[in-house]
Amino acid sequence: MDRVPLERKVLSENDRIAAELRARFQAHGVLCLNLISSPGSGKTSLLERTLEALPPRDRVAVLTGDIQTENDANRLKRFHFPVKQITTGGTCHLDARMIERHLADWRLEDLDLLLIENVGNLVCPSSYDLGEAAKIVVLSVTEGEDKPLKYPSIFFKSDLLVLSKIDLLPYVPFDIEAAAENARKVHPGMEILKVSCLNRNGLHDWMMWLGERRKAYKPLVQQTAS
Amino acid sequence: MHEMGIANSVLEAVRTEMGLHPGTYPCKVVVRIGEMAAIDQDALRFCFEAIIHETDLESLELGIEVCPRRHRCQLCGREFVVRDYDSRCPQCASLETTCISGDELQLAYLEVEEYGSSTVGAKSTQ
Repeated sequence: MDRVPLERKVLSENDRIAAELRARFQAHGVLCLNLISSPGSGKTSLLERTLEALPPRDRVAVLTGDIQTENDANRLKRFHFPVKQITTGGTCHLDARMIERHLADWRLEDLDLLLIENVGNLVCPSSYDLGEAAKIVVLSVTEGEDKPLKYPSIFFKSDLLVLSKIDLLPYVPFDIEAAAENARKVHPGMEILKVSCLNRNGLHDWMMWLGERRKAYKPLVQQTAS
Repeated sequence: MHEMGIANSVLEAVRTEMGLHPGTYPCKVVVRIGEMAAIDQDALRFCFEAIIHETDLESLELGIEVCPRRHRCQLCGREFVVRDYDSRCPQCASLETTCISGDELQLAYLEVEEYGSSTVGAKSTQ
């Protein structure tokens, strides 16, 4: 019996494509963010409020993933930014190849920000690198404050937690401080924002966070240009 | 449920690797899974067995090594296993600790056997 060492990632093919995407995003100065949540936590609503708040000529595009339907893309197209729907046909997450394929006819040099809305699922998307600069996890106050403990992987891997639907707090038994504490148990120092896309509370903080991230993002092109 | 995709990737890797070792067949493939990797072991085993069923790799065994979440203290350098999400350094109580492992999803190694070897349990070459 011989033992052959393998010592590589199981998803090395996905990771290879994701690394290529990341290099392309960096070369063109495109900040790519991957939004992940359970179905119905409000990713699309957050994107609607975001696109609405951005200046009309902003260099922003959105890829939105679902198992079926173009519904989300149709909601987001109203804001006149490039939007493309990725329908996975059953797959419960986006992978790097899907992103590569759907970016094929967009010019990255025309973009500064790419927002990816993953398929609604708190588990599987956490395993697939899409070449993003950061993952953002959205958790709505109708879900349960122990979700970060039940689904630690995605909270562990995300830079930011957006607690959504905070307008419902008076009507649901959701302890928002306990939720934040649980998230920070899994991911010490995690950034946390509280927003309502309905009454727009907290959206300013979210737009500030996004603005800061965009400002801090250094395209490699400036360093490598001769 | 993305374990089917993971199982397929493991099997693909085995087939690719076996191309480099003519005259042998694979007995066992071992993967390393971090406890923060969001992989369900039972689902992975189920999917793996389903995709090798009635193929030339039907006898291939899947081994799973689970890796705990480990942190390193930035102040005193102590490395420790994080239990119950308590990432405080057990030595100096600092909260400034960084994760060094626990989200692995890695192919560790493959055990291969030469065709015609006399090992008990080896598959017949006929």
